[in-house]
Amino acid sequence: MSSRSIIIQAIILVTALVFSIRLFSIQVVNDDYKLAAQNNIVQRIVEYPYRGLVTDRDDNLIVYNTPVYDLMIVPKEVNLEDSARISQLLQIDHETFITKYSKARKYSTILASKFIEQIPNEEFARIQDQLVDFPGFYVLPRTVREYPENTLANALGYVREISRYQLNRDSSNYYKPGDYIGIKGIELQYEKILRGKRGLNFKLVDVQGVVKGSFNDGEYDTAAIPGQSIKLTVDSQLQQYAETLMEGKVGSIVALDPATGEILAYVSAPSYNPNLLSGRGLSANYGKLQEDSLKPLFNRPIQAMYPPGSMFKTVQTLIAMQEKVVGPYEKLMCDYSPMGDHAPLGLYDVDRAITLSSNTFLYKIFRRVILQEENDNMYIDSRIGLEKWNNYVYEFGLGNPLGVDLPGEKSGNIPTVQYYDRVYGKNRWKFSNIYSLSIGQGELQVTPLQMANLGALLANKGYYYTPRIVKEINGVTISGAERKEVSIDTAYFEPVLQGMSNVVKGGTGFRARILDIEVCGKTSTVENPHGEDHSGFMAFAPRQNPQISVAVYVENAGQGARAAAATAGLLIEKYIKGEITRPWMEAYVLRGDFSDPKPQKVVKKDTVSKDSKNSNEGQSTSL
Amino acid sequence: MRDNLLVYKVDWLTIGLYLALVLGGWLNIYAADFDPDQNAGIFSLTMSSGRQIIWMGTAIVLITLIMLLDYKFYHTLSYILYGVMIFFLIAVLLFGEEVAGSKSWFELGAFKFQPSEFTKFATALALARFLSATNRKTDDLKSQVIGFLIFGFPLALVILQGDLGTAMVFGSLILVMFREGMHPVILIAGIGIVAVFLLTLLVNQTILFIGLVVVMMLLIGLVAKNPRKIAMVVVGCVLAAGFIVSVDFILTDVLKPHQQKRVMSLINPNADPLGIGWNVTQSKIAIGSGGLTGKGYLEGTQTKFDFVPEQTTDFIFCTIGEEQGWIGSFLLITAFCGLFLRLVFLAERQKSVFARIYGYGVMSILFFHFAVNIAMTIGLFPVIGIPLPFFSYGGSSLWGFTILLFIFLKLDAHRMQVLQRL
Repeated sequence: MSSRSIIIQAIILVTALVFSIRLFSIQVVNDDYKLAAQNNIVQRIVEYPYRGLVTDRDDNLIVYNTPVYDLMIVPKEVNLEDSARISQLLQIDHETFITKYSKARKYSTILASKFIEQIPNEEFARIQDQLVDFPGFYVLPRTVREYPENTLANALGYVREISRYQLNRDSSNYYKPGDYIGIKGIELQYEKILRGKRGLNFKLVDVQGVVKGSFNDGEYDTAAIPGQSIKLTVDSQLQQYAETLMEGKVGSIVALDPATGEILAYVSAPSYNPNLLSGRGLSANYGKLQEDSLKPLFNRPIQAMYPPGSMFKTVQTLIAMQEKVVGPYEKLMCDYSPMGDHAPLGLYDVDRAITLSSNTFLYKIFRRVILQEENDNMYIDSRIGLEKWNNYVYEFGLGNPLGVDLPGEKSGNIPTVQYYDRVYGKNRWKFSNIYSLSIGQGELQVTPLQMANLGALLANKGYYYTPRIVKEINGVTISGAERKEVSIDTAYFEPVLQGMSNVVKGGTGFRARILDIEVCGKTSTVENPHGEDHSGFMAFAPRQNPQISVAVYVENAGQGARAAAATAGLLIEKYIKGEITRPWMEAYVLRGDFSDPKPQKVVKKDTVSKDSKNSNEGQSTSL
Repeated sequence: MRDNLLVYKVDWLTIGLYLALVLGGWLNIYAADFDPDQNAGIFSLTMSSGRQIIWMGTAIVLITLIMLLDYKFYHTLSYILYGVMIFFLIAVLLFGEEVAGSKSWFELGAFKFQPSEFTKFATALALARFLSATNRKTDDLKSQVIGFLIFGFPLALVILQGDLGTAMVFGSLILVMFREGMHPVILIAGIGIVAVFLLTLLVNQTILFIGLVVVMMLLIGLVAKNPRKIAMVVVGCVLAAGFIVSVDFILTDVLKPHQQKRVMSLINPNADPLGIGWNVTQSKIAIGSGGLTGKGYLEGTQTKFDFVPEQTTDFIFCTIGEEQGWIGSFLLITAFCGLFLRLVFLAERQKSVFARIYGYGVMSILFFHFAVNIAMTIGLFPVIGIPLPFFSYGGSSLWGFTILLFIFLKLDAHRMQVLQRL
């Protein structure tokens, strides 16, 4: 055997000897470790932060926190002989107790898990004193959301315990099982601001489960940091009035301040009481709300999409004037062809076309925008025209999400060259296939928010600020609202606004007329293939120094002149004057019956020219 | 011809120790997983011990295969196996799954494969083949450099994977180099580097420098008589001083955050009491509370209530320490020690140089795992997450160690035939 082999064997033996001595010292000689084993358990107790508060623009609280108590169980310490008395105290039956107990055991016998969640304050007061008799149970205070008013539910969103799915997707690794997280609405959008930061306390617990004090004198404990509070742009008085007006109806209202883009009112009807989606009833209530055929969880102002209808005529005339295919005061002769029309035969300029909602005028000018004879081939000419038109329409905030600070905003739909190529094939469509766009029908889709924003843009004569619903975070105003301009000369807005003013003064929008305030508006009767038409109205006021722009959609309420125009008028009056001077109009809206006194609908004339493929889409729409 | 039967030629003492360790491990895996409130038995597949039976069964299949193959096969294929495993190591770097900061796993559907586990025996084989070539002298510089490269290359690749613990295992083959004629200074330097590294963490730098100067004086005064040796000592001490200064740099820039934490927790386990340091603290408490005779099988409170993390794998020794006390721990250490000494004995009796070197390789790798694993559970070494051979739960590691050991037993069984071949 070589000497080196002996050295190697010596290394092995020395190592074994060192280990044996070291082990002898910690196992036999030193008693510290045995004591430590007795006092070993360090329990992590999570201190949950208060979620940030939410107020309206006048500092009225609309979302705050209310205490609830999670009853925690440590299965190992529970004396099962108590189970009958515990069940009685907690008012649960024995099977429930056993199920919950087994579930907790399965998770861990020595780690605490939730036994009963979110016990409300009153109930907690009842059981609190007796609970100390039962080892293995303790309560963990938490808070859940509470809402003093039944308002704004869809904009606020709600908060619930994070799901396993969300936990797995959380790439930031912030969340732990049991954390609350904002779902939908502002609670989701501003989650990071509202949630605050968890605190952690380490408690020393011995093998018997008795708390011996804090670990290392609390050196590693961290206090919970409450979430920051948020101030909304919403005007609660206007909001609640708007919600009252929409009671019993389906639709949306969005009101904006044109000078800032701030959302003053945001109604999705029907809605739900936000308190339903907080606390213990959340899951059951959510299920019910989801099954509701009227879809109260559907966030209509930013997710419902309708064809804009006649409101879109404002956009069309502005584009046509900017493209210089029609002068601001140029008159065109309009009869009933090629589109069905409610406007009488005669000479029309932009102002009159808007006032009387002439389909024919719009058809003519849209044709001139699309077919500018830049190419001999009709098909190619249509492509060039549509592309040009598209670029304008996008500038109006249509066809893309506006970027409001609420999650889930829909973009609406503006058909493009590529879209028609897909439908008809390349160079196989021309103006006659797309002309229903001229009056805001066809494939066009917009959200109510986009229409309110269009109102703001018209009020400002050519620009808007990205709409937003949060004004301040922790008292600091959010700066940098983005100003977006359209490339339409300011001068071209005059005839359009004049037309809108006339609509309210003496046209279809007369129900929005208010003494002393010049309201500019445009009605829209949105064609609905599934039933009664939707009533739509977009307006702003006053014409000079505008303070508010509004879009109202009431589904299945027929003509825009009725439900929507009346509602918008009331809101404008409420906001500017602070009172309602026309109680009969309020009663009319609240009654909610917008059908014709004579129950037959206006007879529609089918005079659409034969070559139109979309002949059925182009009619019946535009008051 | 009865004597020619394989059964009469294999070393049953080693096999006995192997079986004792595997079965002992299995019982302790059950104890570590055991929950007094659940009625899952040792064979239940919900327990690690139940799944370990599957790994043990497949290990027996592997042993049979190894024993059935021609013993010359391992010599012939050693370079090819080595090449294949190096290929896998590179591939895993490019396409592997990242698990807990280390990129060392291949995932093919439900099948997980960690090439570094199997690189260990392939490297030992390749090193043995290279060093045993008849025309080579192990003490000439070129052979030594190539020898170092053979295990240095996989070592570097595994470091790149972020698995420092496994990488260090390859370093243990330095013991083989030493046995085969490497200058002892390199071994001393290697051990010295580790010792100085640990001391730098534990002891104040100034005190360390004073200690270094004292050691230098002593060496010059007592050992180094001629100028050449004095120069060597001085150069060595200067290098050590430089190393001490650069440890801080290594800590902050070379090691990954989770490795930094592990090293730092050695100095002060309370620095991160609920993170890495928690493991060591809890492990020491569990072992320390065992006393002389232990709390009895399945009676440990610390391991049972999951205070010790990873207690079926890297911290399996805690279960023994707590439930069997110092006597049980001592017996386990004795068993391992017996296995290593037996392996040295077997290696020395080989007629073929290849088999001898491979035997030392096996012993070095197993010994390194044993030493580091136990040292980390009793707080003598940073936690670097390597298993206790044959004892810890896990298919990859049990298979890896079984292949490693039984190839040597196969070679040993045929040691007399080598003469005929030469």
